[in-house]
This record gives sequence, C-alpha cells and structure tokens, in this order.
Amino acid sequence: MAKSKAKFSDVKTEVVAAVPTSAEIAALAVCARHGNKPDELLEILHELQEQIGYVPEATLTAIGKALNISRAEVHGVVTFYHDYRREPAGRHIIKICRAEACQSMGTEKLCDHAERKFGIKLGGTSADGAYTVEAVYCLGNCALSPAMLIGDRLFGKVDPTRFDTIIAGLAQEAAE
Amino acid sequence: MITVYVPRDAAALSVGADEVATAIASEAKKAKKDVRIIRNGSRGMLFLETLVEVETPKGRVAYGPVMASDVADLFRAGFLDGKAHKLGHGLTDEIPYFKSQERLTFARCGITDPLSIDDYRSHGGYDGLTKALSMKGSEIVEEVTTSGLRGRGGAGFPTGIKWKTVHDLKADQKYIACNADEGDSGTFADRMLMEGDPFCLIEGMTIAAIAVGATVGYIYIRSEYPHAVKVMREAIEIARRANWLGDDIQGSKRSFELHVRMGAGAYICGEETSMLESIEGKRGIVRFKPPIPAIAGLFGKPTIINNVMSLAAVPIILAKGGAFYRDYGVGRSRGTLAFQIAGNVKQGGLVEKAFGVTTRQLIDDWGGGTATGRPIRAVQIGGPLGAYLPPSKFDVPMDYEEFTKVDAMVGHGGLVVFDDTVDMAKQARFAMHFCAVESCGKCTPCRIGSTRGVEVIDKIIAHDNRDGNLALLADLCVTMADSSLCAMGGLTPMPVMSAIRNFPEDFHRAAPNQFLADAAE
Repeated sequence: MAKSKAKFSDVKTEVVAAVPTSAEIAALAVCARHGNKPDELLEILHELQEQIGYVPEATLTAIGKALNISRAEVHGVVTFYHDYRREPAGRHIIKICRAEACQSMGTEKLCDHAERKFGIKLGGTSADGAYTVEAVYCLGNCALSPAMLIGDRLFGKVDPTRFDTIIAGLAQEAAE
Repeated sequence: MITVYVPRDAAALSVGADEVATAIASEAKKAKKDVRIIRNGSRGMLFLETLVEVETPKGRVAYGPVMASDVADLFRAGFLDGKAHKLGHGLTDEIPYFKSQERLTFARCGITDPLSIDDYRSHGGYDGLTKALSMKGSEIVEEVTTSGLRGRGGAGFPTGIKWKTVHDLKADQKYIACNADEGDSGTFADRMLMEGDPFCLIEGMTIAAIAVGATVGYIYIRSEYPHAVKVMREAIEIARRANWLGDDIQGSKRSFELHVRMGAGAYICGEETSMLESIEGKRGIVRFKPPIPAIAGLFGKPTIINNVMSLAAVPIILAKGGAFYRDYGVGRSRGTLAFQIAGNVKQGGLVEKAFGVTTRQLIDDWGGGTATGRPIRAVQIGGPLGAYLPPSKFDVPMDYEEFTKVDAMVGHGGLVVFDDTVDMAKQARFAMHFCAVESCGKCTPCRIGSTRGVEVIDKIIAHDNRDGNLALLADLCVTMADSSLCAMGGLTPMPVMSAIRNFPEDFHRAAPNQFLADAAE
C-alpha cells in the first residue's frame, strides 16, 4: 500500500479561539467562589455537580488551571471518590444502603425489587431517565433499617411495598 | 401556649417527622390551640420515632411512634394536656429505656432546640469553655488526661496524651480536625449529636484549640449525612455571631475559626491520615506514619485529630472536672460510651452507658430481642471491621481490653444484631468485598489481599478444596493484619476470622451453599 507522505507545509492550521463551554464557565465561577484554593477541590466538585448533575470531562482542565494544579490531580480526585459522576444520572438518585445493619433487615430483597421495578442493575438508570439506583454503605439510620436516601431525603424501614409508595409519591410530585 | 417537640433528627425524618409536624400545626389551627412546635434532636429511642413530646406542668409527656395519620386522634384524646393514648408513654424521663442510661455526652440531645444558643447555655452549655478560658493550656490538657478519655473513634488512644504532644510543640500554626466520617454500619451517634446538639461539638473543639494553641479547625462530615452538614454549618454561623467562635472569643483574646468539609463517599476517609489528605483536597490515600499527625498533620502542621464523640465529651469534663468523668467506667475504659443498637432489633436506638455494660444487657434489656422475633445468632460489634460474636460471648463487659482478649473490639460502640437466618460465610465474604471496594490502594496486603480473600471464600463456599482454602484464608488474614498500612486492611481479617472461629458450621456445610449461585451471578 502506498503511503502518502504528508509534509508539515501540507497541514492546514486553523487558529481557533478556545471558546470555553458553558460547563467550563460554570466550573471557573465555582472555583472563583472558593477563592481558587486547591484544598477546597472536594467542595468545588460537589458544588459543580449540584449545578450540572455531573462533573464533565471538559471541566477538569479548567479546574486544574484555576487551582494551579495539574489536570491529572483533578482527575485523580474525581475518580477516587464514589460521589462524583462523570456522566449525567437520572432525575432522581436513589441510594439504597447495603451495609450490615440493613442486610440484617433484608436490604438485598429491596435491592432486587428496585432492580426489577426499573429493569436495571444497581448503578443503572431507568430507560425513561427518571431514576438512578445506587448502593451506598451506611446512611446512619441503622436502627430503622433498611434505609434509603433520595436527594437529601432519608427514608427508614423501607420494604418493597413502602419503596413503591415512595416512588409513586415522587412521580406525583413531578407531575404537579 | 403549649410547647410540642417534634424531632428534626434525620432518623425521625426518615419515618415522617416533617409530616407529623405539619399535621400537628394544621390540627392545632383547626382546634384554635396556640401551639409552638420545637424541632428538637432525637432522644435516641429510635424505635419510637417519630417521638412527639408535649410540655406539661408535670414534665414532658411522650407519644410514639407517631405517624401523620395518628395526629387527629391524638388531638381528640387530649394529648396537648398530656392525656392517655395508645401511643402514650407517660413522662419521657421516666421511660425505662431512657431513665436507665447515663447521659453525659448526650445530656442535652433531644431536650433542647439544637440551634438555640440560649437553650444550650441554660442547659450547662459553654460552662466547660468558660472554665477553660480561665485556665492555662497545660491545665486543660491535664484535666482531659485525668478524665481517662480515650479515642472514641475506635482506636482508644488516650486523648490527653495526643493533646499533650500537640501542646508541647512550637509551631506557627496548629489545627484541630474532627473526624465525623462516621462510615461504620450500625453507628449513628456522631450524626445524632451533630444534628441534636451541635454546639456541644463546637465547644469541645474550641476547648481543644485553646488547650493546644490551635486557631483553625475542620469538621470532616461524610456526604451521606446531608442533615448533619446543614445543622453544623448553621450552628457554626450562630456561634460565630454570638462570639463563641471567631476572634477574641468572649473577650478572652483567643481566636478559633471552624470550617465544615464534606466528604465524597469514600469509607477510607474515616482513617485519620486519609481524612487529612481529603481535607487538603486530595485523593484519600493513607499516609505513612511516622510522622504522626500530632507532629505533622494537616498541611504539615501539628494537628489534633479526634472523633466527634471524643470532642463532645470534653465540655462536660471541663465543666465537672476530669475526676467526675473518670468515676464512670471500668478498668482502663473510663467514662461513658454511646452504644448504638441497630440492625435486626426490636428497640433500636442510642444508649449512653458507662463502660462495663455487657452486650447481652444492651441487646436484651434495651434492644428487646430481634425485630423478626427469631433467635439472635450473631452481633457484629464495632462496625464492618469488628468481630461477629455468638451468644456465648455476650457477657464480656464493654471494655477496650476485655474485648481485645476475645479477638474483638468495642470500636465506635455500634452493635448490629442478626437473627438465625444469617449466613456467616456470606458475611465474611462481604467483609472482604467491602475492603476490596473501599481500599485506598496504597499498600499491597489491603489492595490485593482483599480481592484474593473474596476469591478464596468463594472457593470455600463452593467446596473447592475447602480445608486447604480455609488454611490459605487464615494465612492471608495474618498477612493483611500484620502488614497493612492502616486499620482498613489490618482489621478486615477480624470479621472474617471471627465468623470462621465462632460460626464454623457455616463454612463446613454438607452441600455447597446456594449463596455461591447468587455471588457468581
């Protein structure tokens, strides 16, 4: 096969002004609010995720520059902690506790139920994009197991029936 | 005006406390009663949540567990006058579950409005700090040493010694770091205190700061505790406005700034050096020791790292003296511990008792047996890295040293109860699996040992060279325990080996376990 030899002079260089995406602008604003302090990286990522639902790949370089740390360091933090998402999730994020106290009260049954109900595996998002179901390890509600957190709302003594009632309530809230 | 208390504690909210409060407000309006609703912390009787209390001339009268749908009926029965009802329990202070406790750290929790500094003051709050402000740093450290207080996070290291190390160092900056990364299953004492009596923690940290000459503090709270984060942030702001934080505290010329940092879902950040990395905005990778954090901790400066429970015990130690606190407890375990009774139990909740109480007393006298009504088979004590104990060991007194003798640990005081349907091979596998998921990855025994551990347990469950693999697992556990950098890999063998030692029948079944099929799936 004949290879075409490209010369540097053949390559057309286009000067493109690096237009920051809206996510990058948001990230820079969050960093600025935190005084561009590298020790506040976790707080910055929490706030960014709160705003846009996840931490887009494109923001890592911007955050690194703002905090004067490398992109690799930002990447390292984003990937180390379970909380940070690299992709958008469902509208409701349901965290079901699978730690020992909840195990003793049948959380495995609850997880199975949730998986069947939404036709997903833990960590997945329902086809309509409404629900993401995740496992967490302890919500500190161990005397009222099994426990579940949806957004900032904590639920206790959740069996499959109560689970369905809670989800129906969410759907109703969304409809209103 | 009638005062009604409806807790704002997350556990109470999880079973509908907000709805109950709304229902009470609307019923009161209908009945034209002048009712003031105070959102208090929890009394710790979580099986009675939502526990509604009414202020009467005789004292506070309790009703629970109340659902929003019960409220109309409570009004009909005259609960605003403390009258009888099927959910009534009489005076809260006389409920045996509550009355039989020794509440030192949790003396105010559930009684006061958590965000009222006046309420806090009128219940003995800031007495400790007021006294500390008139003392020399070394005298404060001495008082804490006298109390015999040991690290409540689980390690049990004498708090006074840690403080003395930081006190004696010369540095341009020192820090106080509070570990509120309460990730152990079966524990919720830190959360309850932060939501129910946040000023107590703030006061304890301020005393620590004054004692050792630190001017900045951090509270590292896990993100799974959104309510605690919110309450602590509000409380810090209130304390600052009232000049109990900030510059020149109460005209003492001492300054202390306090910040909340929220974790991001990494269990390992409950390990102290990993927590420091996380507060610095980095991956929660465990640090080598030495140097110990007391010498080179946060941002490389001398740092006191204490658990919420250790710091929250300090105000009363200063207010009433180290000897007062030391007079509770047994052996070298002095003072009280907030035990948390959880899992498959009828009456789960928080029980603060002096050391020396037994597991059997806690799960029978307070816990009232299992929720399912089946016999208790095992209790895991001290979190996911704690041992599974069988009923034959339920009479060992809660004491750091006595528990070490039976290859167990008191830890943070959490007890998770399991009934006779529990499969201990499955629990052992979970312990290894959890370590594999949560390991920071820095040291080999923890990072790789835990994954190999899961594989070996799967083989044992599948009857694949069972005896050989049990020996291999024991060997692996020795390696992990002896050579891991921190307690994550170092203690994971505890639940695993305790399950094998105390429940051998679950590892020697005649037929392969059904669980394998589930696990392999």
